[in-house]
Amino acid sequence: MAVNTDKNSYTVIFAAVMVVIVGSLLAFFASSLSEKIQENERLEKQQNILYAMGVNENEDEGSVNFVSTDKVAGEFEKYITEQLVIEGDKITKDDNAYLIDLKKQETEAKAGKTRKLPLFIGEKDGAKYYIIPMRGKGLWDAIWGFVALDDNLVVQGAYFDHKGETPGLGANIKQRYFMDDFTGESILKGTEYAGIAVAKGNNDPTNEIKDDNEVDALAGATITGDGVSAMIRQSVNLYKTYLETIRAKN
Amino acid sequence: MALLSKKDANLILDPLADNNPITIQVLGICSALAITAELKASIVMAFSVLFVMGMGNVVISLMRDIIPSKIRIIVQLVVVAALVIMVDQVLKAFAYELSKTLSVFVGLIITNCIIMGRFEAFALANGPWRSFLDGIGNAAGYGLILVIIGFFRELLGSGTLLGFKVLGDPIEKTGLYSIGYENNGFMLLSPMALIVVGLIIWVQRSRNKALIEEN
Repeated sequence: MAVNTDKNSYTVIFAAVMVVIVGSLLAFFASSLSEKIQENERLEKQQNILYAMGVNENEDEGSVNFVSTDKVAGEFEKYITEQLVIEGDKITKDDNAYLIDLKKQETEAKAGKTRKLPLFIGEKDGAKYYIIPMRGKGLWDAIWGFVALDDNLVVQGAYFDHKGETPGLGANIKQRYFMDDFTGESILKGTEYAGIAVAKGNNDPTNEIKDDNEVDALAGATITGDGVSAMIRQSVNLYKTYLETIRAKN
Repeated sequence: MALLSKKDANLILDPLADNNPITIQVLGICSALAITAELKASIVMAFSVLFVMGMGNVVISLMRDIIPSKIRIIVQLVVVAALVIMVDQVLKAFAYELSKTLSVFVGLIITNCIIMGRFEAFALANGPWRSFLDGIGNAAGYGLILVIIGFFRELLGSGTLLGFKVLGDPIEKTGLYSIGYENNGFMLLSPMALIVVGLIIWVQRSRNKALIEEN
């Protein structure tokens, strides 16, 4: 059977049929798998929050291992004692606060509405952790993370992730050696919420100086690093009012 | 190789050396520059492309008689994009960890010139089995160069291989660093990948003079 594939009508019909087939195939995949994908994302968020407050299964000095997915729901309930939603002056408890989509809230805020800010309070070995979710821009796409603070607003742990930073360069923000550097730094500089800057040439590659609000940058990843600095500064400033009340208690 | 005829075997072996997609045809350079700062990323990319090329070449080859030549490039693009997205979705649902590692590469695979190049040059004119071999061969040739570049960039740029500190610790000054060796930060930047590709081309052409073009 010889078909004249050069005819215009054939081309148009072929294109139409192809679009319908490929479109429905993709739609079928997306809708049949979406439940499972959402569940995975939900568990990952719990894992990330727990990771930031030091509940993880890290073995040696280089590994980043979360609590396993089958245990994470239980561990989350055990360690995260309170989940708050801060909406302007109103603070409410909400056990599903971790499901709040920060990106959506950002668009809401741009449209002039008050955004909902989720905050997680964790307790481990008698110490209290305030875990703040963050979201910002890297070089290519979104970056996000969680930072756990103690009563004095000193970082006790941090977790970063990214959508599409360059492998080997910006993507290294999720490496242990980078995330661990944040521990011990304060987000306060005097009374200002300065956050923690990812600094080139801060002359402190082993990160022993903990009161400079700076960690050592990644080589070759300037823009991702700047993105991390900006993300931390902006995020902690959103929570300024609440963090002030924690400081006032001490 | 008893399994393959000599002609078929050449489909796999040629792209590894004398008809390498990167060093001879100069295709797929973009991703070779972008993701070779460490060895692990190179290996992940090599296997992803191997998979997509093998599958894509077979699909295009099966469709070769019904694809209208006027819109063949669009059809190729749709096929490869649909394949990659479906695989990505399945991984996200059943192998979430793996999909996190691959997420960065998805866009780079779809736009990889080698994939489009092989669809256009080979799969449209040959049967599925030969197209499959051609796809595997070219992806392996691409992967080989990627791994070589990744090896040198990670070793000389960060002093590590697959994350292991093979040259000692640059901050504690142990191993090679104790006698004054320093990492070359320039190796981490893309231009050095191009220079490494250049060196590979140089080595390859001085070993096989037939590859040198006449001006």
